[in-house]
Amino acid sequence: MLKESTYWYLFLLAGLFILVLLSIHMTIMHLDQLLVAIGIGSGDVLKFQSVLARGRQSFFMVSYIILLGAALYHGLYGLRTILFELNLKKGLQTAITAVLLIGGLGIFVYGTYVAIAAKMM
Amino acid sequence: MGENPNMDTSQAEEIVKTVTYNVLRYDPDKDSKPRMQRFQVPVPKGRTVLEGLIYIKENLDGSLTWRSSCRMGVCGSCGMFINGLPRLACQTQILDLNADEIQIKPLPNYDILKDLVPDLKPLLEKHKYIHPNLVRREGKEIDGLTGEFFQTPKELENYIQFTFCIKCGLCLAACPTVATDANYLGPQALAQTFRYNTDTRDEGNQFRFDLIDTADGTTKCHFAGACSDVCPKGVDPAFAIQLLKRDMLLHKLHIKRKEKGVPILGKVTDGKRMKGVPDAPEKTV
Repeated sequence: MLKESTYWYLFLLAGLFILVLLSIHMTIMHLDQLLVAIGIGSGDVLKFQSVLARGRQSFFMVSYIILLGAALYHGLYGLRTILFELNLKKGLQTAITAVLLIGGLGIFVYGTYVAIAAKMM
Repeated sequence: MGENPNMDTSQAEEIVKTVTYNVLRYDPDKDSKPRMQRFQVPVPKGRTVLEGLIYIKENLDGSLTWRSSCRMGVCGSCGMFINGLPRLACQTQILDLNADEIQIKPLPNYDILKDLVPDLKPLLEKHKYIHPNLVRREGKEIDGLTGEFFQTPKELENYIQFTFCIKCGLCLAACPTVATDANYLGPQALAQTFRYNTDTRDEGNQFRFDLIDTADGTTKCHFAGACSDVCPKGVDPAFAIQLLKRDMLLHKLHIKRKEKGVPILGKVTDGKRMKGVPDAPEKTV
């Protein structure tokens, strides 16, 4: 198990990644008309073919994987903090950390597989 | 019991109003649970909540128990839960409360020893846990001090606010995190960690960071800020905890590391007295 401060620093780092990647997501998905207006967007971001096309690009594949990892870590650390507020015994705290770590890693591996598979399509 | 002549305010001071003290009573040897008891207290201008309690003890019920000492906001003994807030009874003027009824309970988040006396053991144990003293690698520098440590006024400014802590325990009583998790180190101990780590005479940074780097340390602070709101000495423990988090990060990243404390000044042998400074008076002992 890592030191408590290390978990917290990773939490901050994940938050920074989310801030950057979510900004990109919001720009592409929700400011699509603006992107069309300035000539760098196609305007059909929600169409299945557009989703597929983005998934085939290395940039999006990598950003999906990083966003998945960052969001998972950030969220699961928050869940861990909430659970720790229940004044748990040390043993149970360690068990919760282990379960969240293993569960999170499992979801991350599966999500990464999906992102890579989408790239291959 | 007749009124104590020392406490009889009717002749010397004009009674502005009479308030009802609703005080929590609990004697663990007799009572199965705490109960509230009401007293009528005459209030001249300037009477504090503590003086009201003294009035009750001397004139109405001698068994009422609380802890107090200096009566001037220095010792930190008379922390109580007064009208819904942790306050020092000696610093709280009754008229300032602007209420006809004053509810007084012992500080929350502590066990009750008797009536208004909280068991401050958790506060003091957490305080001692972070080693609230100068830590030097060379122990003899502290044990056999040969001179003064060199510290500039600017370096002192960085932590002086946090030296004002009087260990009254109000911050722990106000902290919502301590209320749900008694193991949380709490604002007092963490603020003192920052105070000693920031002291340039100290070399115990890494040592204390290791002590507080647990699930019950800095990361558990919700930053509610209640500790800073109630501090009677104007200390801002919530701010100290955030600074402590920053310092832990910078220390880890090797951006701001205090490896060595300031040196001990040697004996002044060639100093010259400034113009206008008179001779020291002759020794009387």
